[in-house]
Amino acid sequence: MIVVEDLHFAYPNGNQVLHGVDLNIQDGEFIAIMGENGAGKTTLVKTFNGLLKPNQGRVLIDNIDTKKTSVAALAREVGLVFQNPDHQLFCETVRDEVAYSLRNFGYPSDVIEKRVKGMLETLDLTPYVDSSPFMLSGGERKRVALASVLVWNPKHMVLDEPTIGQDYQQKDRLRNFIIQLNTQGKTVVMVTHDVEFVAECKPRVILLSQGKIIGDGTAEEILTDKDLSTRASLLQPQIALLFSAIEGLPRGIIDVYSARLVINNTLRGSK
Amino acid sequence: MPIIEIKDLSFSYSGTSRRSLNSINLEVEKGEFVVVTGPSGCGKTTLCRCLNGLVPNFYTGELTGEISVCGLDVQKQTTSAMSQHVGFVFQDPENQLFCLTVERDVAFGPENMGFPREEIRRRVDWALKVTGTEALKDRAPYELSGGQQQRIAIASVLAMQPKIIVLDEPTSFLDPKSSQEILEVVARLNRELGVTVFLVEHRLDLATRHSNRIVVLDKGAVALDGPPEEVYGEQAQLIGIGVPKVPLLFHMLKQDGIDVRETPVTVEEGIKQLRRIISD
Repeated sequence: MIVVEDLHFAYPNGNQVLHGVDLNIQDGEFIAIMGENGAGKTTLVKTFNGLLKPNQGRVLIDNIDTKKTSVAALAREVGLVFQNPDHQLFCETVRDEVAYSLRNFGYPSDVIEKRVKGMLETLDLTPYVDSSPFMLSGGERKRVALASVLVWNPKHMVLDEPTIGQDYQQKDRLRNFIIQLNTQGKTVVMVTHDVEFVAECKPRVILLSQGKIIGDGTAEEILTDKDLSTRASLLQPQIALLFSAIEGLPRGIIDVYSARLVINNTLRGSK
Repeated sequence: MPIIEIKDLSFSYSGTSRRSLNSINLEVEKGEFVVVTGPSGCGKTTLCRCLNGLVPNFYTGELTGEISVCGLDVQKQTTSAMSQHVGFVFQDPENQLFCLTVERDVAFGPENMGFPREEIRRRVDWALKVTGTEALKDRAPYELSGGQQQRIAIASVLAMQPKIIVLDEPTSFLDPKSSQEILEVVARLNRELGVTVFLVEHRLDLATRHSNRIVVLDKGAVALDGPPEEVYGEQAQLIGIGVPKVPLLFHMLKQDGIDVRETPVTVEEGIKQLRRIISD
């Protein structure tokens, strides 16, 4: 469980980013944190593994105060994948990169080999096992970064902008994979601007603006709320915009599959 | 004469035998706004790099075919010579901003082109004005938001007054509202100044409204090339590009036997169509 109580945070240059955030994330929840550039999303999730410590208030991971433990200890429980893969990749091959944490945790080499292989297959990276991460495309590097964290199977996964640089097919795979992780009981927290991705995944959405939570609810509730979206610089999903413009259609429709169903039913009902 | 003319272009990066580009043929007329998309690894970034000579001058490898940009044979030019004709905006603005103030960053291009002080001044002021960043000129680029940084990156390229601006996923790191604003800045440059735009984007929902030509690359070759309402048909689904949700929905409704006349491209067009379908 991730518990955030009255969290205030300022960077050493005095830039106050979080102004009193309260948040409860239960084990096994699937959450999207959304909001404008500079809202404090990345800062917030960096407090989850102790990389940043509160100036005021506290963050508890499974009842442990992040101020009273080390980042190394928290890392086993909270896996954080950074927004920019270049901030976390440093090995010479994709294999070494993905195996790095497991070697540090002291796993036997046959286990490491098996897990790395499985992970690379899942994220469509097998052909690049001997490549340098720096020779790969942006989208591929992003998946290597994901693989290098997912591989040690942390209880809580925090993904900062997982869909950046991913094409539609990769996003689709990523969505299925995230949902699979979540159904296995893992907590998944993703920071994202990608409204269409959220409209398809339908997690609980936490809306952050200027360092405060301004909205917390289902994807359907938040993404159909025009005022909230405007305040947090979100653009509503195309389907939500389409449905809100037409009288007599049900509210809360944000994805193309539900929309198709509803329109077909509406037409059938009227004939 | 087309401003970009590519004939039978193939390229493999050094150390691999895989062809990143495989017989590309493409012509772009002056003043066009072309959106280039396709699955990851399809060669979008490589193609951009060919337009200003970064491939093969900086990223080496084996290149065959012909690339002519602004009437120049790119392979016979240096990247610095091409930079005066082709402005390049990267995905991550932090990769191209490096000065301590915004003004200096924007001045860097014209300074290196050896213009007199007055001309540099004029160009910097102009570039800041058209990108709406005058108020930021004394700030440090690294303390700005992602959206502001990307505007500055565009300004620093514009100050060289290129005829073509190439943008490689310029909105990846931006929130939706900033993305929309950046694409509007680009659209204005295209509309009002006639700058030819070559925009690589995955987020077609935002890019489509500004462009009447979508080029889809797949496995290093041009798979589809046409206006959005044509490209967002069935084949685009198969290649796996992110067709915006409104055209996608109407495409599905058509399959369900509903009378969809023209595939709407924007939300506004979708609303009109859906009203008609429901009231019929």
